[in-house]
Parts: sequence; structure tokens; C-alpha cells
Amino acid sequence: MAVESLGSAPRRTRVAPWNDPVIRGWVFQIVVVSLVGLLAWYLVSNTMENLARQKIASGFHYLEREAGFEIGDTMIEYSPASTYARAIWVGILNTLRVAVLGIILATVLGTVIGVGRLSPNWLLSRICEWYVEAFRNVPLLLWLFLFYKLISEAFPGPRQAISMLWNSVFLSNRGVYFPVPMADPIHQWMGLAFLVGIAAAFFINRWAKQRQATTGQPFPIMSTALGVIIGLPFMVWLLGGAPSHMSWPELKGFNFVGGTVIQPEFTALLVGLVLYTSAFVAEIVRSGILALHKGQSEAAAALGLSRGQSMRLVLLPQALRVIVPPMTSQYLNITKNSSLAIAIGYPDLVASVNVTINQTGQAIENILIIMAAYLSVSLSISAFMNWYNKRIALRER
Amino acid sequence: MLKKYMAAGVIAAGLVGVAGTAQAGKDLDAVKARGQLICGVSTGVAGFASADSQGKWTGIDVDVCRAVSAAIFGDSEKVKYVPTTAQQRFTALQSGEVDLLARTTTYTLTRDTALGFDFTGVNYYDGQGFMVNKKLGVKSAKELNGATVCVQPGTTTELNLADYFRTNKMTFKPVVIEKIEEVRAAFFAGRCDVFTTDASGLYATRAANAPTPDDYIILPEIISKEPLGPVVRHGDNQFADIVRWALYAMIEAEEYGITSKNVDEMLKSENPSIKRILGVTPGMGKALGVDEKWVYNIVKQVGNYGESFDRNVGMGSPLKIARGQNALWTQGGLQYAPPIR
Repeated sequence: MAVESLGSAPRRTRVAPWNDPVIRGWVFQIVVVSLVGLLAWYLVSNTMENLARQKIASGFHYLEREAGFEIGDTMIEYSPASTYARAIWVGILNTLRVAVLGIILATVLGTVIGVGRLSPNWLLSRICEWYVEAFRNVPLLLWLFLFYKLISEAFPGPRQAISMLWNSVFLSNRGVYFPVPMADPIHQWMGLAFLVGIAAAFFINRWAKQRQATTGQPFPIMSTALGVIIGLPFMVWLLGGAPSHMSWPELKGFNFVGGTVIQPEFTALLVGLVLYTSAFVAEIVRSGILALHKGQSEAAAALGLSRGQSMRLVLLPQALRVIVPPMTSQYLNITKNSSLAIAIGYPDLVASVNVTINQTGQAIENILIIMAAYLSVSLSISAFMNWYNKRIALRER
Repeated sequence: MLKKYMAAGVIAAGLVGVAGTAQAGKDLDAVKARGQLICGVSTGVAGFASADSQGKWTGIDVDVCRAVSAAIFGDSEKVKYVPTTAQQRFTALQSGEVDLLARTTTYTLTRDTALGFDFTGVNYYDGQGFMVNKKLGVKSAKELNGATVCVQPGTTTELNLADYFRTNKMTFKPVVIEKIEEVRAAFFAGRCDVFTTDASGLYATRAANAPTPDDYIILPEIISKEPLGPVVRHGDNQFADIVRWALYAMIEAEEYGITSKNVDEMLKSENPSIKRILGVTPGMGKALGVDEKWVYNIVKQVGNYGESFDRNVGMGSPLKIARGQNALWTQGGLQYAPPIR
């Protein structure tokens, strides 16, 4: 009997529906989903009912009302006459700014430190080791307080600001003021040219790799790419009549006017996040490199590659496969840790939303907004890193 | 198998059935059953609510909590103090974590309505002001265009500040830090030109926190009305009444010259108003649902409004704030209690 059924297609024996594994599986899934749905509905409706009973307002209509409070550091136009929605958007952009810059800088610094720890130079590897131990063993909040205190206590007031580079850059406890070009329509085109440059560099890189693979002829990719990325916007600028009006910072009344400023709160938060996270990144990079078989570096050396070349061309690309997954967690950590901004007064998403909660009293809606914002940023980072991870994954042939 | 599904359905239906039973009906009953009043106060504002090295709370806001406790329990010490930040305070009251908020909280329409609260009175008439370093040479708030301003979030302060600068066509840069200690530190380190909060808070900060208090001046402009008062949740009117009249009793006591020192002699007074207030002629306590000696207990243990003011923020304290708007209405101030009769 058993032998017979082996060869033939699996024939479905007739069983009662409650014994059919397929139907049973579906039924159980539906039951679980509807139970979860019921629970969610219960929580939401109970909350709504209680809010209504206590006459606490609910809903998202407040987002269109005038916010009425000022924000100290904004990337887009904002005034107290703007809406709550815009105030929250300003906060989201500020969070993204510090998160993106933090991720880039922490990656670069962490990689340098991680590679440095493996250096045969005793002093260098010890310094990198101390760096890692110092930064990762003290809570981030304390680092933030320390950097913020250092900036606000150590630098002079704006009237005694330290001036540098022929009175164009000013350092004070209000931040770093430096000149910027006056707004000009050509800047948008330059931005476009910059993006085109990046795209062009990407394609040149692909073409050069292909050529090297087929003909063996190398191509100076780095210099060409840099030339395209910087050269294109520069040419656009020249074509646009080279507008060179600058806005210079100058002391007027209480503070500097003109130019642009990097504020102490932002600096302290960024420096804190980068130094703290780079210690973790360094350990991840180090472990990624150590995970490689010793034969890899020996083979690279046997081929006559220098230490730098073998690191860049042989070790790091392979180590990336080990590094990327834990790195994702670090990137997510930077994003979420940036909410400590509230302690040192950087106006991030949490700060904007907290003020909104306090003025509208609608805590639940606002907390939902915070959660949705962090969730979508974190999920985007995860999605990108997963995609990248797949791309560099070892293709077994 | 079918039975199992039915059981699941019954459980689900049961869950729905309980929906909406989380209703706090009688706050007063809860306080009485607990034997203790839970009072939300500041995390530490000299003169208003601050704890000493033994953990004993004092301040003009703390006295409101003590008065309510004296009215309900006949003992002003049956209070548990919960320090709340400006951000947490409303959630703490809404969620029932505290029974009463006496925490330099400004009485506004939104808070009285949309937040689900009831303000029961005003224990301190305040207004927002500005403090600057004398070195800046600023004499008036109108000269503050372009200034950097240190401010604590989560208060009406932020809104008044933005409104004032908008009205006067001036600009400013806020530095907003959550903990008041950090805001003060940033201001005294020179991160900001101006520190703004309620004038009482400016005096308290200057007296208690400035490296050299004489280096700082408080500008003459008061840019807002900040009537600070105790708050309770909507829903238990009797509890709200007790909180309301506990404060009125302190003000009324001052008006009739009843103090913690002379309250025992006052029991023998022939003045019918005083007899009613102190419960010698019964009726008032019953109407409010507390002991007839409720005012006696408040005045004996906490003092009248004037005594509380003087001890905590007035001339008997390091803050040395003049009575000003907080004088009784009979002396040109705003403190006015409806009659206890």
C-alpha cells in the first residue's frame, strides 16, 4: 500500500472538514486575527468613550490650527503663525538632519577606529581601544550634557566671539557663524546638476568596472567621478553668470545677523551621537574583519598588495557581509537616540510634539504621530539596509 | 471543535461587554478610602513647592494641598506629594495619578475645558516677565529684538513669548530645554540673553540660582496674565467644591483677621461671620460635606492666606516678593473670596 502511493500523485483522501489541516489552519488564523482585531477595537473604543466622558477633545483637527510657538532651529520657513502640522514637520526634518549626518559620520569614524584597532602599530591600536571603551561605557545622555556644557560654558558670548579667517567665521556660545552665498535661482539648477553628476558617476563606475573585467584596463574612477560631481554644478554656476554675492555674519544688537549658523544644541547632539555610536560601529567593523579567514589577508599579501590595498580591495568588501546586519541596528539606534535632544534643547520631533501635547492636551493623537514617524523612518532604514545586504550577499555558484 | 470556537466567541463578546467600565466616579471617595490626598506639585520652585533636606515639602502651592487635607481629614499632613514636570502634570491629573494639581498652573479656557479639568480658584496672581544680565544694558523688553531667549517647554510661557514678540514686530530665537535646572544653567552660562518665565519664578531663580544675584535685573514689562491656581479633574463636583472653598477659607480668614496664632481665641468671637466660618455656628461644614471645624483646622495648621504668602514668598522668605496684586481686595489687591455663609 505504502509503496503504491509513493509513485502516484498525492491523492486527497476525503476527510471531515474539521480534520482537514488546510481548512483547520485557515480557521485558526482567522480566529486569531479577529481576536487581535477585537482587542484593538476594544482598546480604541474604550479609550474614545472615556475621553468623551471626561470631555477631553479627540481627533486630528488641531493639526490645522495655529501653533503659536517659536522654534529655534528650522530647516524650512516657520513662524509662530504656522500650523501645528508644520511645527511637527519642522521637528521631523530636524530629527532626520541629525540622524542622517550622524549615520554617515558614525560610519566613517567607526570604520577608521575599527580598522585602527587592528593596526600592527601598538600605540594606534591602544588609542583606538581606549576610545571604544571610553565612549561605549558611559551613557549617551551624560556625553550629551558634557558636550553641551563644554560649548555653552567654554565659548565666549557673541560680543566677545572668536573671529577666524579674516573676520568671516565667528565662534561663540551661540554657535558657529559663517558666510553663505546669497539665495539665487541658479542654486536650484546647481543642485540638479549635482544630482546628475552623481548619476553620471554611478554609470561611469559601472562602465569602468565592466571594461576592467573584459579588457583588464583600469580606469581612474575616483578622480573622474569627483570631477563630474563637482564640475557639473560649477559649470552651471559659471553659465549662470557666476553670482558671488555672499551673506556675511555681523554682530548686530544681541547676536550675529546674516550668514548661517550651526547652533550649539545641534553640534552637541551630533557630536555626542557620532562619538558614542562610532564606538559600537568600530567593534562591528573589527569583528567583521576578524571573521574573515586569515588566508584572505595572506593571499592578498602574496599577490603583492599593500596593507591599505588588501584592506580596501580584499578584506573590507568581504567583511561588509558580516558587518551590514548589526550595522542596521546601530543606524536605528542613532535615529531613536536622537530623541534625547530634548535634554539639551535641540528642537527635534519629540520637542515639537511635546509642546503640541501640552497646548492641545491631545496626548494620544500626538504620541501616535511620534510613533508613526519613528516607525516609518526606522522601517525605511531597515528596508534599505536589507536591500543592500541582499545586494552584497555572497552569491554561491 | 465547534464548542471551542463558541468559547472563543463568548470570550470575545465578554471583552466587548466590559468596554467602557473604567470610570472614576467619586474622587472624594477614593481620597477618603485611601486616607491620603495625592497632590501634584512642582519639581522644585523655591517658595511655591520645594522639598527640604528631610523631604518635607513647603511652599504656597503645598499649603493649598495641606489646607484641602485639613478640610477632609482634619489633619494637614495626610498628603503625598508627587513632583511633576510642566510636561507631565496634565497627564498625571487626567490619568488619576494625582487627585489635585497645585503646581503654578495658569488658569486658561483650554485647560478648563478641552483638557477635562476644573480650576477651583487662584492662589497666586502672576505674570510673565523677563530677566537679563545687567551688562547688556537693556532697560525695557521692547529693546529685546533679535535676542536669544531661554524658556521651558510645556507652558503658556512659550506662547506668550511668541505673541509678545509678534505683537511688537520683533524676532527672537528660543532655546527650549525640558528641565528647569538645565534652562537656568544655560541662561547663567550665557547661552541666552534673556530668561523668561512667570515673574515669581524669575525672583525665585535670581535669589536661589544666580551666581551673583545683583548682576541680573528683571525688566519692568509684565507681558501676560498668569492666574495660578489648583486644578482637579472634571466629574467630582463635591471634591472640586472642597478644594475651591479650602483656598477661599484661607483668604476669608485673612480678611477677618483669623490667624494660626489667634484662632483659638477667635472661637469665642461674637462676630456672626467668624462664628459661621469657624463652625461655632454649625452648617457650613455640613453643606460642604466635611467636618464643621474645617476652617479652624485649616487656619490652625496651615495659617491664613497672608501668613502662607509671607512665610513662603513674601517678606518672611528669601524671595521677598511684595503682595502687589495678591493683596486682599480690601487693600487694593485681587484676592477676593466669596462669603462663607
